Amino acid sequence: MVKGLRSWDAIVLLALVVVAIVGALTIDGVASPRFWRFVTLEAIPIALIALPMTLVIITGEIDLSVASVLGLTCTVMGQLWVSGVTSLPALIAICLLLGAALGAVNGLFITGFGLPSLAVTIGTLALYRGLAYVVLGDRAVSDYPQTWTTAAIKPIPGTTIPWVILVVAALAVVFAVVLHAMPIGRGLYAMGNNPEAARFAGVNVRLTKFWLFVASGAMSALAGVFWTLRFASARADNGTGIELAVVAAVLLGGVSIFGGRGALLGVLAAVALLGVLRNGLQLAYVPANTLTVITGLLLIASVVGPNVVGMLRRTLERNRI
Amino acid sequence: MSASLLTLDGVSKSFGAVAALRDVRLELAGGQVHGLVGENGAGKSTLVKILAGVHAPDAGTVTLDGQPLRLSGPAEARAAGIAVIYQEPTLFPDLSVAENIFMGRQPLRGLRRIDTAKMRTDAGELFARLGVHLDPDRPARGLSIADQQLVEIAKAISLDARVLVMDEPTAALSGVEVERLFAVTRALRDAGAAVLFISHRFDEVFALCQRITVMRDGRWVSTDPVDALTVDVVVRRMVGREVSAMYPKQDTTVGAPRLQVRGLSRDGAFADVGFTVHSGEIVALAGLVGAGRSEVCRAIFGIDRYDAGEVLVDGVRLSNGDTAAAIKAGVALVPEDRRQQGLVMELSVQRNATLPRRWELARGGLLLGASERRAAAAWAQRLQVKAGRLTDAVSTLSGGNQQKVVLAKWLATKPRVLIVDEPTRGIDVGTKAEVHRLLSQLAAEGVAVLMVSSELPEVLGMADRVLVMHEGRLTADIPRQRATEESVMHAATGQADA
Ligand SMILES: Nc1ncnc2c1ncn2[C@@H]1O[C@H](COP(=O)(O)OP(=O)(O)OP(=O)(O)O)[C@@H](O)[C@H]1O
Ligand SMILES: [Mg+2]
Repeated sequence: MVKGLRSWDAIVLLALVVVAIVGALTIDGVASPRFWRFVTLEAIPIALIALPMTLVIITGEIDLSVASVLGLTCTVMGQLWVSGVTSLPALIAICLLLGAALGAVNGLFITGFGLPSLAVTIGTLALYRGLAYVVLGDRAVSDYPQTWTTAAIKPIPGTTIPWVILVVAALAVVFAVVLHAMPIGRGLYAMGNNPEAARFAGVNVRLTKFWLFVASGAMSALAGVFWTLRFASARADNGTGIELAVVAAVLLGGVSIFGGRGALLGVLAAVALLGVLRNGLQLAYVPANTLTVITGLLLIASVVGPNVVGMLRRTLERNRI
Repeated sequence: MSASLLTLDGVSKSFGAVAALRDVRLELAGGQVHGLVGENGAGKSTLVKILAGVHAPDAGTVTLDGQPLRLSGPAEARAAGIAVIYQEPTLFPDLSVAENIFMGRQPLRGLRRIDTAKMRTDAGELFARLGVHLDPDRPARGLSIADQQLVEIAKAISLDARVLVMDEPTAALSGVEVERLFAVTRALRDAGAAVLFISHRFDEVFALCQRITVMRDGRWVSTDPVDALTVDVVVRRMVGREVSAMYPKQDTTVGAPRLQVRGLSRDGAFADVGFTVHSGEIVALAGLVGAGRSEVCRAIFGIDRYDAGEVLVDGVRLSNGDTAAAIKAGVALVPEDRRQQGLVMELSVQRNATLPRRWELARGGLLLGASERRAAAAWAQRLQVKAGRLTDAVSTLSGGNQQKVVLAKWLATKPRVLIVDEPTRGIDVGTKAEVHRLLSQLAAEGVAVLMVSSELPEVLGMADRVLVMHEGRLTADIPRQRATEESVMHAATGQADA
């Protein structure tokens, strides 16, 4: 199994390299530093949310409310700024706490009342987005100090790549270590495959899942802060629909939708792959609808792919008489 | 000797580098029960799966009634008249017991609707034949491993097959259920069926079978009529050496109370259960299937919450329903159902073996493969786990070897209170003696051992004291000197006077 994972990670990484090279050779502008700057800016919030989402899906759950948590955080940040909170660290701290609390609500319904995460987070997807409209209505808050907004997208000296990617990288290392090299991670894989056996081994399934949803909320809020500053705009519809981009990346990255299987490296590669693909095709004037279709097909392929491979292998084995 | 009904000739099967079967032959005759024995990993279940159409052989032929048989799936095997009871029950947890029995061949009434009433009464009749008290309408989820096994048995005998293959059907059953199963099996045999019976319990094999085939390391070793064999001969052929004493019980000095259970009750499972296990003591919890033994173990270990009572380890109260705390206090539970409770089948042998110890194996918070491998390897060797690599999924191991991984997983935690629920289920003679020796040695080192076992010889051979449960209550507490088959069975069937 471990070898299988590694080979899937390798396939996604390889696909990323191939798409990047082919894109650079055939599409005008893909080779330019500006292109990579945009890909990175777009990938940052997706990656931030994909990190906890990977862990959540590995335990056999899902969090579909992430985009709404992001949106609600944006509006609260805007409202706080308007009402006179002018310290950026304070704003960030409040937003993170808010995100964590929203995640805790998900976690409470799912682990406390034993409800399916799919149903609960579809509910809060609507609820949190609705609250975002309650906070700001159709208004947009965009009069943030320019120092903040430029700081958010400032490149690493000597490159065009925004420095925030370093924050994402550091967080990715943290999540990867937790998942792959800490006792907690072993418990996550165990409960994703067989929650009962995990419980018999002393894994606190409910508590662990609760904290994962809290982490998912907090990371979505962090993505919301970045979103607000990058676009210098807090609106209730910020980030609508990106939960699909996140889930697509996680599944394409080799995480099983049924839980118990997957690795973080593949997910990060898939976030990059989808970003390059989307932006590259945009540069090639492929219409937005076609882009959505392509993302959808990739998603289906990533879910069906491993099953088809397994079926082929079994058939081959059977006929080998 | 009657003519052969089903014949395997020169059958081989490999999984990657592992040769599970090499040039195996076997002849099953109608009206006969044929025993198949061999060590864990000898290839018995692989052979069964070939008969069931689950695996296709790499080489060799299978003939039924003189016709070559090419099975491309379990449905075909069933159509050919071969019914199979697999080593591990594979019920659909959300379907009812009756639905599980008649899966894929439900009785129909008008408009092709499923005739649930008939299904229910048919299931009830099957259970009556087996002397089982099970509600056909209850979902399969939550059935004990023994009950699951009984449902599988009911399913197989309801097929009225000409060939009945049973892979360790009795591993989780106690004497009474085994006797019923044997009566039904003999009736099928007398009606002309060919039966293949696999078990690690030799008394059963010798009582039921007319011929016995021994396998070792994937090869056929011998087939003889049962009268020409003795247990010792069979064991020597299986293992290739003498096996040390089966019940190497050491005399120990009983120390202070280690595990104290007081007035434990859980609605619908057990009531007012109280007992003490001292340091150095092996206490067996005996009883019929469904008496509530496993439920008590689960409650002590914090898997289920109890409604009343308390559990103390070394005088310190355990919090109700908290498994992590129980483990921290030094309690270990080897559960009855290795596939559902004992192991995460998709994970590797080493991940499974080290799961309860993942925190203590970490260095500076980090858990690296090397320390897991080292820890797992030590115990895998001690219990002679036969596995390709420790990084292989535990599902690729044979049933007995999976059981050894469960044991390794918990013995490695160095428990102070060791609860073992059917610890040797599916384990071969050689290793069974080793497991008994380990249990005995642990007790000598001061561990309190609570053992649930349906195998009466194991109970009588290993226990310092036998507690007997009947319908959720403790009905007897019998010291080793007075524990006999009669006294235990008396109490287990509710005729206690103790
Ligand atoms: N699907 C599989 N993949 C890889 N190896 C397998 C698979 N199934 C069985 N094996 C290997 O084949 C060998 C024989 O296994 P098998 O299950 O037939 O043993 P067994 O005689 O039934 O043992 P037990 O008494 O423990 O049930 C073992 O070494 C096992 O690890
Ligand atoms: Mg077997």
